Amino acid sequence: MNIHTFRIGGIHPEENKLTHEAVTQQAPLPMQAIFPLSQHIGAPAVPIVQKGDKVKVGTKIADAGGFVSAPIFSSVSGTVARIDTAIDATGYRKPCIIIDVEGDEWEESIDRSDKLELVKDHPEVTPEEIVSRIKDAGVVGMGGACFPTFIKLTPPPTAKAECVIINAVECEPYITADYRLMMEHADEILVGLELLMKGAKVTKGYIGIETNKPRAIELLTQKCAKAFNASEYNVEVVPLAQRYPQGGEKQLVDAVIRRQVPAPPAIPVNVGAIVQNVGTAFAVYQAVMKHKPLFERYTTVTGKRLQNPGNYLVRMGTPMQMLIDLCGGMPEGDNKLLAGGPMMGKALTSTEVPICKGTNSVTILSDDDARRKEPQPCIRCAKCVDACPMGLEPYLLAKLSAFKNWEKAEQEYIVSCIECGSCQFTCPAHRPLLDNIRQGKQTVMGIIRSRAAKK
Amino acid sequence: MNFILIAVIVLGGIALIAALVLFVCSKRFAVYEDPRIAQVNELLPGANCGGCGFAGCGGMADALVKGADAGSLEGLNCPVGGSEVMSRVADLLGMAIASGEPKVAVVRCNGTCEVRPKIAEYAGMRSCAAMHACGAGETACGFGCLGCGDCVEACQFDAIHINPETGLAEVDEEKCTACGACTKACPRAIIELRKKGPKGRRVFVSCVNKDKGAVSMKACKVSCIGCGKCVKECQFEAITLGQNLSYIDPEKCRLCRKCVSVCPTHAIQAVNFPAPKPVEPKEEGKEATA
Repeated sequence: MNIHTFRIGGIHPEENKLTHEAVTQQAPLPMQAIFPLSQHIGAPAVPIVQKGDKVKVGTKIADAGGFVSAPIFSSVSGTVARIDTAIDATGYRKPCIIIDVEGDEWEESIDRSDKLELVKDHPEVTPEEIVSRIKDAGVVGMGGACFPTFIKLTPPPTAKAECVIINAVECEPYITADYRLMMEHADEILVGLELLMKGAKVTKGYIGIETNKPRAIELLTQKCAKAFNASEYNVEVVPLAQRYPQGGEKQLVDAVIRRQVPAPPAIPVNVGAIVQNVGTAFAVYQAVMKHKPLFERYTTVTGKRLQNPGNYLVRMGTPMQMLIDLCGGMPEGDNKLLAGGPMMGKALTSTEVPICKGTNSVTILSDDDARRKEPQPCIRCAKCVDACPMGLEPYLLAKLSAFKNWEKAEQEYIVSCIECGSCQFTCPAHRPLLDNIRQGKQTVMGIIRSRAAKK
Repeated sequence: MNFILIAVIVLGGIALIAALVLFVCSKRFAVYEDPRIAQVNELLPGANCGGCGFAGCGGMADALVKGADAGSLEGLNCPVGGSEVMSRVADLLGMAIASGEPKVAVVRCNGTCEVRPKIAEYAGMRSCAAMHACGAGETACGFGCLGCGDCVEACQFDAIHINPETGLAEVDEEKCTACGACTKACPRAIIELRKKGPKGRRVFVSCVNKDKGAVSMKACKVSCIGCGKCVKECQFEAITLGQNLSYIDPEKCRLCRKCVSVCPTHAIQAVNFPAPKPVEPKEEGKEATA
């Protein structure tokens, strides 16, 4: 077996996949569910319910607020308590719809049976129908970035899609939600992939999995052989060497089909690839075949000091505190709470933050693990340059940002940074490289936007 | 003797030719610059702070002279030199003074460590902008001063500092030139340029928290809760309430300080007033029990 990986940079952080074999459990319903209106990239959703309205599980509560946007569906049945602000994953109070939970009554249109629906049995599901159902169900990228899925399936006229790559890499330490999903719902994921391929009008599909998940590779290879045998579609399971950040779109495209995506504004489809997370494939299956909008997701609740870390099928809007309590409560002492994993996750200061479309994990790090070391002067060892998966020079970008030399920073492709944190992880002097670069990237992107607006 | 003569003639000749070339060039290719620009430039402080909106004092001098030719100095003000410099410039250009009232930077956050408890620890780069991008910061208030000193770094006049006891930015009124660099550096727009006021007396709402009262109170005891008491109390309609936050218009405020006494959270501050008269004992008792 020939094992690939991406060609530039990368690191290998400690895996700590504590919950690998923990079978997913259904998390209980919360007392009150909170739905932030901005759970995706793009314009915030617009509420279409009012205080006092009754909703069911799967009722649409907010409409897409623009082209790049997604509707939001209630994950619970009950009454709209109020439309207010609550702390979301940005760390700030943002507009939210808050629903008091009463019972568990689902919308009748949702097919709740376990029967596997195959694409060949549903000739009425045309490519256009697939895209429109995905759009109407509010499906967004489930890997964390939350980009509306239907937009990815309709590439700009300048680009032509050639294949769909399923991102089953899960290179981030601690998180196992995607792995559990693969082990428990492999058939549905493959139907989801077929729908994605049909929607994007391509016949080639890949599933990229890292070799630390041998059982998933085996299972999916077997199922693929069965499912796509004698069909027009050609799907390949591609085992990949362990390397962070392989789950980054551009890295995955390079690892799987050996093509490098040029600097922004180019996107993977410019080299012919549409990358979708396994979670997204599953959500697409449910949206198209079961008429079930996106209101549930697989989430890992993990941390070395948690009593019972586990994987949960969570209704969105559930406060993190509830999941932490299910795992034995917040450990004693100081902890660092992250929405996401330790590399890309977002640190939070409140446990009342709800699980959203992109919350793949709730990670709790101990003070010892999370504390940063005192930064030392840069000795120009260039380890960060070796580690950068985008081929940038992090030490230089960090310095340029610190000195506010935006012009030079732009010339050095600061906007290509994917903020994976490999540079900061690898720096022997513990310098806050990414902190600086992130600041610079935001400023430079602002400058570019205002320049474009002037033209 | 002959050698010396030849040398003198040759060098003298070269010098003459060079002088001629230089003379012709300086006449032929001369760029006319208004002599007043240099004169005005001399009057300006020369700090090149950019507070006037131009890249430096040279640009400002240019604009002032152009303005004088156009007949108005409106909109042109050197915040560093203040009215003194502006009146001298106006004299030179034979114009009326167009300088505004002196202003000063005001930090609208009073959430000291005691009244605004820390709920988390930030370990990243020491920069307000970086901390602001990470979330609410170390306290539960998502609007207040972060105390990392981006404003201190931006100030060219050493006029703003972080007080280590309160963790807040404090302005040195003597040194502040109201150039506005700090207002741009603050990622939360806490610092405002306000009218300095007679003898530096000012009344302002020292809070920018737009959360609902109950939420902001929980985060910080001296936050504006948007109760509107000050709005009712003000006789001069100087106070407006929007997004759970009061704002005192410095143009309308008559410095009566009635709003200061009615504010339940002490979010309204009056500075540089003489020591307050002893408050009626009744009131004080109420406050202590509240």
